[in-house]
Amino acid sequence: MSIFKSFKRSALGAAVPHYKNTADMTTEKLPLPAKLIVPMQMHIGAPCTPCVKKGDAVLVGSVIGKAGGFVSADIHSGVSGVVDGIETRMFPNGSNVACVVITPDGNQTVSEDVKPPVVTDHESFVAAIRASGLVGLGGAGFPTAVKLSPKDLSAIDTLLINGAECEPYITADAREFAEHPEDVMSGIEAVQKYLGIKNVIIGIERNKPEAIDIMLSLTKNVQNVSVKPLESRYPQGAEKILIERCTGREVPQGGLPSDIGVIVMNVASVAFVSKYLKTGMPLVTKRLTVDGDIVKEPKNVEAIIGTPYVELINFCGGLTAPLGKLIMGGPMMGTAAMSMEFPVLKQNNALLAFSLAKAELAKPGSCIRCGRCINGCPMGLSPVEIAGAFTKGNVEALNVLKTDLCMECGTCSFVCPAKRPVTQTMRLAKAMQRNGGKK
Amino acid sequence: MENNLIVTSSPHITDNSSTRKLMGQVILALVPAFAASVLIFGTDALLLTGVTTAACVGFEFLYCLLMKKEQTVGDLSAVVTGLLLAFNLPSTLPLWIALIGAFIAIVVVKQLFGGIGCNFANPAIVARIVLAASFTGRMTKYAFPSSYAGVDALAGATPLAADLQAGNVPFLDLLLGTHGGVLGETCALALILGGVYLIVTKVISPVIPCVYLGGYFILHFLYQFFSTFTPGATFMQNFIYAVNYSGDFAQLAAAQLLSGGILLGAFFMATDYVTSPFTVKGKWVFGIGLAIITFAIRVFGTSAEGVSFAILFMNLLVPYINNLTRQKPLGGKK
Repeated sequence: MSIFKSFKRSALGAAVPHYKNTADMTTEKLPLPAKLIVPMQMHIGAPCTPCVKKGDAVLVGSVIGKAGGFVSADIHSGVSGVVDGIETRMFPNGSNVACVVITPDGNQTVSEDVKPPVVTDHESFVAAIRASGLVGLGGAGFPTAVKLSPKDLSAIDTLLINGAECEPYITADAREFAEHPEDVMSGIEAVQKYLGIKNVIIGIERNKPEAIDIMLSLTKNVQNVSVKPLESRYPQGAEKILIERCTGREVPQGGLPSDIGVIVMNVASVAFVSKYLKTGMPLVTKRLTVDGDIVKEPKNVEAIIGTPYVELINFCGGLTAPLGKLIMGGPMMGTAAMSMEFPVLKQNNALLAFSLAKAELAKPGSCIRCGRCINGCPMGLSPVEIAGAFTKGNVEALNVLKTDLCMECGTCSFVCPAKRPVTQTMRLAKAMQRNGGKK
Repeated sequence: MENNLIVTSSPHITDNSSTRKLMGQVILALVPAFAASVLIFGTDALLLTGVTTAACVGFEFLYCLLMKKEQTVGDLSAVVTGLLLAFNLPSTLPLWIALIGAFIAIVVVKQLFGGIGCNFANPAIVARIVLAASFTGRMTKYAFPSSYAGVDALAGATPLAADLQAGNVPFLDLLLGTHGGVLGETCALALILGGVYLIVTKVISPVIPCVYLGGYFILHFLYQFFSTFTPGATFMQNFIYAVNYSGDFAQLAAAQLLSGGILLGAFFMATDYVTSPFTVKGKWVFGIGLAIITFAIRVFGTSAEGVSFAILFMNLLVPYINNLTRQKPLGGKK
């Protein structure tokens, strides 16, 4: 069977190390930060507009940023306190983002607006999710309300719960399964009910046996909800790969999962749905795995969104060596932060601190055309040929090679024996393809 | 401290593979065949291998120095080329000819085309073919190991050139390599050992060697099978007659695999990354092409260069094979 499959597409992925050091560590609540810096862009889509100004008093759950369009999500304060002002911060991608800076008063007074929403049908359900400010918590940060309003709701027959957590180090989702499995289940039930979805598949990588056991026992007597243990091989948790592994369906080029009847939700997102329906508390905290080779006591922490990273690091006992690189997210797809003062975002699920030695990447050599990037690419692309077409500025070849399908998972760079920055070249090639030839 | 953070785009980790490690593993896989060649052909083999390897590394070093290119000797690929070149030469070859071979391999085929990763064909194969065309007599002056005298059927010829009959195939000699031939090709056991090591450590994909060797075996078997057909008899009579002899045909086909350069070619030369196709599909096409050409040259041709020409010819087709055997991307539209 696999011999025929490899004819079509090797798609081996990468045997990344697991480093799930914090898998058994119960989430600890981070103390109130001295200052909260809440960026107005913590999702894919239009940035939010700050709706508070200097001197305003805010409460826990108050809206401080209004969604800037349909594809956007409200932003709420996680503390009660006073707005210091609106500052501009540079994001790692080079864009400047307005941030609401709040000094907490320490009382954590909850806003009156925080009450369980009244949900009766799909429309009110999506409205409630929209009000909660929920975005995809797996890392992408796509506004969940948008995801839950597909063009053709009746065509959706499968809800996929993404608990693969294929990135090294991160155990935040595994902790969600371990600590709040009942929230996961009732969240699934709610989405299933209000969207009228028949089947639910929970995909979990085999390196989380505890999570698999918990979910297997909880779903034993639930019809149409199944647990799918996945091979521990990066990137099982990439949306398109997860769909293919769990349902055998392929998301068409340029299409969305909903085009083939699937909605994928991260496990933390679906658990949040349940919590929100119960309490009405919007998305103001986030669980992050704090780890890396120089973090003294790696931990899972629950931080208020907007807490500067330095407070998380200090909570984990500080660093044992000079900091080389600070990564928000996993080491395969995460973004390198420019400063310890950068705040926790909605879609962050890890904070990794690497020493200088670990942050240093090997010097690239010449491509030896071994084809490991091709065999590894989960999408079945040909990075080596795409890099060649990019160097020549051949947009036609980039189109033929379907460069736009690349999801930048990092597998090609990871497996390259010549240590070439293949993924980075893929990004540039995608941009060239989009712009029609300009580098 | 904060101002000195390293900021790069993802991924932030890589595996611990490297070009040098891969080449080191190939060198390790060649050690059994090297040891066997020294045992079989004596110090001549040691000297020849030393000279080609040193010359390949030296030429690469000098080329990079003179052309002001970044020094690439450290990736060990020149060592691999040097070893493979020596393995393709008879132990009696004058050393100055070996030096010419090293020059062709490293300077002409590899560096002039852009260095590692850019050569159009396997450097050692091209060097062998150029030498064979220029110094035909010296390139086929095989030394015969002293312990070899016992086997009458092969006296004075390499196993390929000898007229082998089923039943008297000297399998032990073929496996141990105690017969005439170029340095590295004679000891089948050592080559298989090295090849299996490369496959197990995933340095090479098993597809090319398996398809090449398997394809050749099948072709040679079928050829003998249908050669027995006579026009006078019906198809069924012919068929039954041939089936009775199929054990012999299998023996002779196996002898073909164990003699000449096909094992060395299949495991070490045809699997060269740069000059073999990327995808599994492409590797099948490549392997089948190798089998057909090698078979055609060995059975119908007069040249002793079946494997070399097959590899060179298929090397040249690799860009086309790559174009035609691309994988179908997940969700990719036509």
